[in-house]
Amino acid sequence: MKGNEALAEAAVRAGCKCYFGYPITPQTEISAYMAKRMPRCGGVFLQAESEIAAVNMVYGAAASGVRAMTSSSSPGISLKSEGISYIAGCDLPCVIVNVQRGGPGLGGIQPSQSDYYLATKAAGHGDFFMLVYAPSSVQEMADLASRAFDDADKYRMPAMILSDGLLGQMMEPVSFKDHENPPDNKEWACVGHKNKRPHNVINSLYLKPEELEASNIERFKKYDIVKKELHLAEEYLTEDADIIVTGYGAAARIARSAVNGARAEGIKAGLIRPITLWPFPEQAYAKAADTAKVFLDVEFSMGQMVDDIRLATSCRRPVRFFGRTGGVIPTTAEVLEQIRRIAKEELK
Amino acid sequence: MAVYKRPHSLLDVSMHFCPGCTHGIVHRLVCEVIDEMGIEGDTVGICPVGCSVTSYDYFGVDMIEAAHGRAPAVATGVKRSRPDKFVFTYQGDGDLAAIGTAETVHAATRGENITIIFINNTIYGMTGGQMAPTTLPGQVTQTTPFGRDPLTAGYPVRVCELLSTLTGTAYAERVAADSPAHIAAAKKAIRKGFEVQQNKQGFSIIEVLSTCPTNWGMTPVQAMERLRTEMIPYYPLGVYKDITAEK
Repeated sequence: MKGNEALAEAAVRAGCKCYFGYPITPQTEISAYMAKRMPRCGGVFLQAESEIAAVNMVYGAAASGVRAMTSSSSPGISLKSEGISYIAGCDLPCVIVNVQRGGPGLGGIQPSQSDYYLATKAAGHGDFFMLVYAPSSVQEMADLASRAFDDADKYRMPAMILSDGLLGQMMEPVSFKDHENPPDNKEWACVGHKNKRPHNVINSLYLKPEELEASNIERFKKYDIVKKELHLAEEYLTEDADIIVTGYGAAARIARSAVNGARAEGIKAGLIRPITLWPFPEQAYAKAADTAKVFLDVEFSMGQMVDDIRLATSCRRPVRFFGRTGGVIPTTAEVLEQIRRIAKEELK
Repeated sequence: MAVYKRPHSLLDVSMHFCPGCTHGIVHRLVCEVIDEMGIEGDTVGICPVGCSVTSYDYFGVDMIEAAHGRAPAVATGVKRSRPDKFVFTYQGDGDLAAIGTAETVHAATRGENITIIFINNTIYGMTGGQMAPTTLPGQVTQTTPFGRDPLTAGYPVRVCELLSTLTGTAYAERVAADSPAHIAAAKKAIRKGFEVQQNKQGFSIIEVLSTCPTNWGMTPVQAMERLRTEMIPYYPLGVYKDITAEK
């Protein structure tokens, strides 16, 4: 299956009842798949008039207690920022998929990782974060979509799948696991009070500064719990590694091949692949910094993750960067050349 | 003997609206209709950004606060996931006809089975009296200090007329909140909107011509007079679309 389709199917199986979308390359397969699939399983597919409307439809569906999703690609995610902020401010769960392309502006339609900052630091106005997952295979497109719904519900937070055009478009075998879906009977949801309870209000407006501050502080207490409980990373050949190559998503696949190439040449390289980008799996980097000499971050961007690696390692080791941007994909040979250079110049 | 009392679905709290503002009247009408139809426990309302931003403190039904202009999209999300619930939005003219034009037009285009209560008072109230899309030519506001000049600031939009051209609109009526007779007609229109929704007939909008004495710089009595003499001639009252009357 294509990555985009695998993600869509996994979402349906994870109990996604409403999908609201808007066409944009390279994620449109998700909409197309949902348009066929949702009516067959009693779900809702709706093509909205804009990204803004789509995310606000998700807001409404999430406020009424059902699992809801929207998907887009980079420029469309900018438009969704407003709605994401409201969803976070109301502590509503939902899933937003970003199949990234190059930017800024209209950019291009080729795969990119241009939205790391947007996803992990600045998903919209205000003090908030969302869960961010970075799949690296078609199987993970499915698995992490499924997991995102569960975690979003658990923490009452928006969750983003930060994919890219390469993962969205490529085909790999995928298997779908059985998924137990919770009943949609959330006590805070706006579904009509049946004259049995006081009315529910879903709201992010606090006109008294002290109340807004208190709500933000409360939310950040939740974030502290999330940071403790949810930090996923894959570590590969890191134990004796002098050079830790790191990258997320599709970039990690190339980084892994380059690590294998380096090992074949006797260079002790290893890989850390963050699977959650927020929370950032700092623990894996901090541990690696105890023994490794240098980090090499590989991205399809100008280096948006570098600062997080520096923070996670408390700047104890140099963090080098190699990336291609604008839709250009770095090759294994290019990354391997960087590893060789570092081994030669920095491991003496 | 019938005793005039607060509708059950209107919460027993003081409202923040300015003296002479007609928001309170329209809130009451909506709640009377909800009570009379017996749908308080099955209704979800969407508040806008604007003077009615805190209407969730007044309506006793489940309420969701929307971003500026997005109420019809939020309502769509609720209605599609819970089609058996009554869903209404309560929006002002800036919210509905400026920043939320796309959401409004496309909710109507889809024949979304929701009811919009649209307050047209020709001005942005909450932010202190700026030009609205419905501000009349010549009307002085903070941002049209010399009066709205259509040559530079464009023309007022007639929402009911616009939406009545769309196939998905099932019911569109413009009413006014200025006199007992008009208020009675307004309530009938609001009830009609909810009934259209009940019968799953599609999108309904009730536009209520309203006053904003504070930002118009008038007394409540002068404001009512302006509604009658200036607004109604530009925004004629009446039913603009009613698919239940066709056939």
